[in-house]
Amino acid sequence: MAHSVRRDAPELPDFSLLKRLARDQLIYLLEQLPGRKDLFIEADLMSPLDRIANVTTLKQHDVDKLYKVEHKPIVSTSDQTVRGCFLYPLTNWFLFPDVVNADKAFGRFRRYKIIFSPQKFYACENLLEEQGIFGDVTTDEWSFYLLPLDDDIISLELPEFFRDYFLEGDQRWVRTAGSALHLLHSVYGPFSKVYGIGRCSKMAYESWREQVEEGEQRARQAEIGNVFLIDRDVDLVTPLCSQVVYEGLVDDIFRIKCGCVEFCPDVTSSDKSIKVMLNSQDKVFNEIRNEHFSQVFGFLSQKARNLQTAYDKRSGMDIKQMKTFVSEELKGLKQEHRLLSLHIGASESMMKKKTKQDFQELLKTEHSLLEGFEIRECISYIEEHINRQVSMVESMRLLCLLSLTENAFSLIYSSMSYFLSQSYGIEHLLTFSNLKQLGLLVEQQPGETLTVMESRVGKLVNDKTAGKLTDAFSSLAKKSNFRALGRRLNLVPKSDEEYDLRVPRDMAYIFSGAYIPLSCKLIEQVLERDGWTGLEEVTRMLNGHEFAVTAGSNGSDARVKTDSQRIILVMFLGGCTFSEISALRFLGREKGKEGFMRSLLQVSTQLT
Amino acid sequence: MIRGKPDEDDYWNNSKFKAFTFDDEDDDFTRLKESKRAVNSIRSLVEEEDEEDDVEKVSWSGEPVGSISWSVKETESSIRSTGEVRDQSFPKIHTAPSLPKNSSGYSLSSLFKGKAKTGSFQSFSESFGDPSIRNYAPELRKPKSEYKDYVSDWTPEETVKRMQQGKVYSLEKFRSLQDKLLLLDEAVNAHDGNVITAVLIYLKKSLSKEILFRELITREIALRHYIHYLKEIGEQKLLVELFKSMDRTEDMALMQYRDHLNVRDENKRRDFLKNCLSFPFSPDDATHVQDHYTLLERQIIIEANDKQVESSGQADIFKKYPRKASILNMPIITTLYYSCFYHYGESDGTFSSPANIRKTFRISDKQFLLTCLGARAKLKAWFDVDALFTTKNWLGYTKKRSPIGFHRIVDILQKNNAPVQVLQDYVNLVEDVEQKISLAQKYKCHDVIINTYRDLKDRQQLIVYRGKVERSSSEYRKIEEILSNSQLRWKN
Repeated sequence: MAHSVRRDAPELPDFSLLKRLARDQLIYLLEQLPGRKDLFIEADLMSPLDRIANVTTLKQHDVDKLYKVEHKPIVSTSDQTVRGCFLYPLTNWFLFPDVVNADKAFGRFRRYKIIFSPQKFYACENLLEEQGIFGDVTTDEWSFYLLPLDDDIISLELPEFFRDYFLEGDQRWVRTAGSALHLLHSVYGPFSKVYGIGRCSKMAYESWREQVEEGEQRARQAEIGNVFLIDRDVDLVTPLCSQVVYEGLVDDIFRIKCGCVEFCPDVTSSDKSIKVMLNSQDKVFNEIRNEHFSQVFGFLSQKARNLQTAYDKRSGMDIKQMKTFVSEELKGLKQEHRLLSLHIGASESMMKKKTKQDFQELLKTEHSLLEGFEIRECISYIEEHINRQVSMVESMRLLCLLSLTENAFSLIYSSMSYFLSQSYGIEHLLTFSNLKQLGLLVEQQPGETLTVMESRVGKLVNDKTAGKLTDAFSSLAKKSNFRALGRRLNLVPKSDEEYDLRVPRDMAYIFSGAYIPLSCKLIEQVLERDGWTGLEEVTRMLNGHEFAVTAGSNGSDARVKTDSQRIILVMFLGGCTFSEISALRFLGREKGKEGFMRSLLQVSTQLT
Repeated sequence: MIRGKPDEDDYWNNSKFKAFTFDDEDDDFTRLKESKRAVNSIRSLVEEEDEEDDVEKVSWSGEPVGSISWSVKETESSIRSTGEVRDQSFPKIHTAPSLPKNSSGYSLSSLFKGKAKTGSFQSFSESFGDPSIRNYAPELRKPKSEYKDYVSDWTPEETVKRMQQGKVYSLEKFRSLQDKLLLLDEAVNAHDGNVITAVLIYLKKSLSKEILFRELITREIALRHYIHYLKEIGEQKLLVELFKSMDRTEDMALMQYRDHLNVRDENKRRDFLKNCLSFPFSPDDATHVQDHYTLLERQIIIEANDKQVESSGQADIFKKYPRKASILNMPIITTLYYSCFYHYGESDGTFSSPANIRKTFRISDKQFLLTCLGARAKLKAWFDVDALFTTKNWLGYTKKRSPIGFHRIVDILQKNNAPVQVLQDYVNLVEDVEQKISLAQKYKCHDVIINTYRDLKDRQQLIVYRGKVERSSSEYRKIEEILSNSQLRWKN
């Protein structure tokens, strides 16, 4: 069942280089502080740091103890010579002064250094200054932009990106994205072509371009040919759908964080949960990660049988054969055994969870929504879902999906929000206001009811209401064009054909054949056409901001079809889902292009 | 015009700016005219520039031109605001006021030559941005030692660039409002949130909030950065003022309402919410907040009462099913469930009765039924469950009705481990025959299946089903009985 990667698929660049760069810089920063020091690490940075440097490396550079940053007075073996060194991603920086001031209140004067990652912000420094601790605390930055999570995934690991940019409208990460792109460009570039869609993509591109202009150019063999930038808000529908490929499902249920997942006790069938790295090193996982969940069981049981036969070979072996078996095969088999039992456990546990809550019906509703079919039934399903206080995140996801796909949603917004707040707590009206700001929920504008109704009975309209009608149309135009897009791009395959999930024929397999993710379809189309020509109507519906730029004057070079030209970097600004990654891997196999991408952690719904 | 020391230059700019901000336009223009007359050598150029730019100028500030230096900057910004031209060597702001004198070193015609096209200013500015001139110009102006202090005279664009690159920069010299705004607009153009926020921090320190708010209204991107920054550092008061000045009262109300999440103590939280009632919410939200207050108020009363009852051991229900958690801060539906669980059958007048909660929070029939059903089924109070659906018509017949399909009811009952006797009553009520049979099979309600097949006169199915039940069971006997009934007219 495993898809053999096409032989002529180009080699992926070696991304471990990025890790080395980050490690070297961290070591350099630590060496700037001679003497023994304690290192305090913000929780969010723990797992990324783990992937870069281990404790031994840190100890080698005079790090005495490691702490997790908890915003309370530091209780280390506090003689005054202790030096603290803080690693911060920027989420909780504004709490830092309390730490120092608490220290001061105790009459201790320690020296602190804050190392911000991936960059420091003026706002932070300003706060230190305002709090009068600027001199006591020095700052530095660790430009740790990109973490390779797997052979084909690199991540910025900025879960804040989505909220900060799309909700708060803060562009603080735009430059970061640009810098990350710049890093890739200087290590694996030069890129020959950049495509993109979305405002943020455009800005990130600009920022990158400026940085390229500022720095010096080196001619070198390009390892990445093309780049595709896409804003998350170009396609908000896809992340709202329940994931059904194995990796996506694991993420939905157990949360994959930084390439790691923590399986709870009922998966491991022991009394403690374990952390597991999920990447292509895990041979079992590598074969099932992109598969539709319905296929996984068959695969796992086949695998288990093979394993059994391999073990069974032992009987009837003489001593010598046994010896070679133990020394050569047994270790591998045991390893496989362990992995296999782990993934079987995970599948079982997921199965249990999903059957308990009518997963089938949930999927059916989602698919109907995507198809625009039996909307009334969907609405009553959602209503009941809410009334029965089933998982709030799911209710929200369904509602957002409804709002994005059905313009008429605004008419029932008010009653739905009422149900939601009754079932899950009134404080969630804050959540609604956030979702509205993001455009995930569309509320009825005052006075709109009338005009929308009128546009529905459009044929009966006389001159008097014509003015109102145009209003209605313009208000409709603002709203989601999902239906039209779906038709234009064929996102929803005809439902009357059977879809064979064993032999997927297009990217729709990641949603049981019901929907091709808009984001991935766009990428496919643009790469096929080598630009946006012919997609004018589509981009208009997506609010434009598309671009396709070919690099500089040496156009003749770019024409040469090298292997690297077939390697495409897809960058989702604001996160992407594992389903999308699977879809792009599928695309990569189909076209003999290896698409690799970097995700910014999946963000499906924004809460409170 | 007399060339003063740089400090005086600053002062001059500054006072100039004040004059035209607060005076009316005509006055400005006379001043402008005066200053222009003073710089006769270049006047015509400037005037023409002015006229050309009239339209664009309004776009970024709407303020009239105040002096030559302003008109020069004005031009720069208008060049930039048209977007495409990305010239990196704009003249330093400080060389600008000295334009007349310096330009005497150049032939005027060279300036005029470049002026014809829109992009002309570039060539003009390049000539001043040139390092060689930088070296030569100060000698005309001031001793070298003084010049050294002014190495940091960067244009807004240069400043923003330096800030992006983390180099040394200084915002101190952006003193006039126009300078500040120019800097802000430049930061926004650079799409770097970090720098935008940094500039805003500087503006926050150096401008009165009224002026800053006024300018931010027309600058959406900067405004959102400012709001986010204030949120992060927790300057609630200022945010409230900001929202107020912009008439975004709903945002303001929501933001203040959000704070209730930080109030731990329930009585304080209730008082906080009471205080929130007067905030200018949107009509929908206002209802929600009112509900929230009423709800918490009720919960506090119920909690106090039940806690006391539970600990005194008076009521059986609490002994049998001890409360797992307090009811405080639970959603409305949970509260209703709780009330259906512990306070079922209380009179409408009491706060804790289901009927009262239903009425107060305008709970729909469906919601009420689902919740109540869940609670009563959990207690295995099947009589109550029955009563929920039973309606009497005017003739006194009783009938079972439900606002939701009975198949869902069966589902809920089954999840609460209802016995088959109870389940089959409800399976029987499912209207769709196929659905009825599949549910009955799922939950092993033999009677329902047998009766349905009998009613359908489907002998074949009945025979098939006979094979599925045990020979010695009562179901088997029942099927036999029906099959041997000669009065039935089978369809097959």
